[in-house]
Amino acid sequence: MVSIEINSQTLTAHLSGDIDHHTAAAMRTEIDRAVKSAPIDKLILDFSNVSFMDSSGIGLVMGRYKLINELGGKLIVADPPAYIAKVMKLSGIGRLCEIINTVRR
Amino acid sequence: MNGCINEMKLSFIASSENEAFARAAASSFISLLDPLVSELAELKTAVSEAVTNCVVHAYRDMPGGIVYMQIKLFGDRRVYIKIRDKGCGIEDIGQAMQPLFTTAPEEERAGLGFAVMESFTDKLRVKSSPGNGTVLVMEKVLQERSPNECKANLSDKSGRKLRTCTPVR
Ligand SMILES: Nc1ncnc2c1ncn2[C@@H]1O[C@H](COP(=O)(O)OP(=O)(O)OP(=O)(O)O)[C@@H](O)[C@H]1O
Ligand SMILES: [Mg+2]
Repeated sequence: MVSIEINSQTLTAHLSGDIDHHTAAAMRTEIDRAVKSAPIDKLILDFSNVSFMDSSGIGLVMGRYKLINELGGKLIVADPPAYIAKVMKLSGIGRLCEIINTVRR
Repeated sequence: MNGCINEMKLSFIASSENEAFARAAASSFISLLDPLVSELAELKTAVSEAVTNCVVHAYRDMPGGIVYMQIKLFGDRRVYIKIRDKGCGIEDIGQAMQPLFTTAPEEERAGLGFAVMESFTDKLRVKSSPGNGTVLVMEKVLQERSPNECKANLSDKSGRKLRTCTPVR
């Protein structure tokens, strides 16, 4: 599931539940619709409530990077749970976007 | 002590809904060995990668194809997972296993499935025959759990301690 929050130029997409091949397509559509309809320069993908993610999630992040990059903005990945952070590290996605921890978990 | 102590087999239609089903089934069976939360998360991810590949690639042009999953648990805490499809097969396994290689970039596939399976298990073997399908075997040895950890596991979700017992080893 995705819930969208817009605060001036920053759009935060709060993701929750499992991110896999089955769920990623709908998440992608929702995020992209929101990104294209608001004048933003920063997209934050909030992973704090994601219960599962496989490489389909990496595809999702890489695709959003492409989109926001074309629009001249930047992408931030926030609060991935420990083992999801491991999948992200493996993918080298940290070279495309900042991965931050905002909450102590 | 090191022989197979439990085994399950499951076959299901290669649909995207069944990716979550396959993870849940594998995770519930592997839980019988009392894995660490991190070990279980890694094995669930590896299973998800393998099953998703059957759905996305193997049976791309064959709707209704069947995925076969077998899991064996061994006395030395080894988990053996075999996932098989009768789909299109892989022409060049070496190339397919390269990180970032994908035949479906337009679908936002990252080409990292094999890299994830390799890093989250101890052993990964792939056999494929173009036109006939693919067999994937993954193995992982779970960490030994100390008696203290076993006791800790006997608390319920709210953290309340349940009756403790001496683990049989
Ligand atoms: N079971 C299979 N049957 C046929 N081809 C497969 C199978 N599994 C993998 N492949 C081939 O190997 C390639 C690499 O697989 P891998 O899982 O590493 O990446 P991907 O599935 O393309 O992307 P990602 O897993 O990151 O979403 C695939 O693009 C596909 O061409
Ligand atoms: Mg894959």
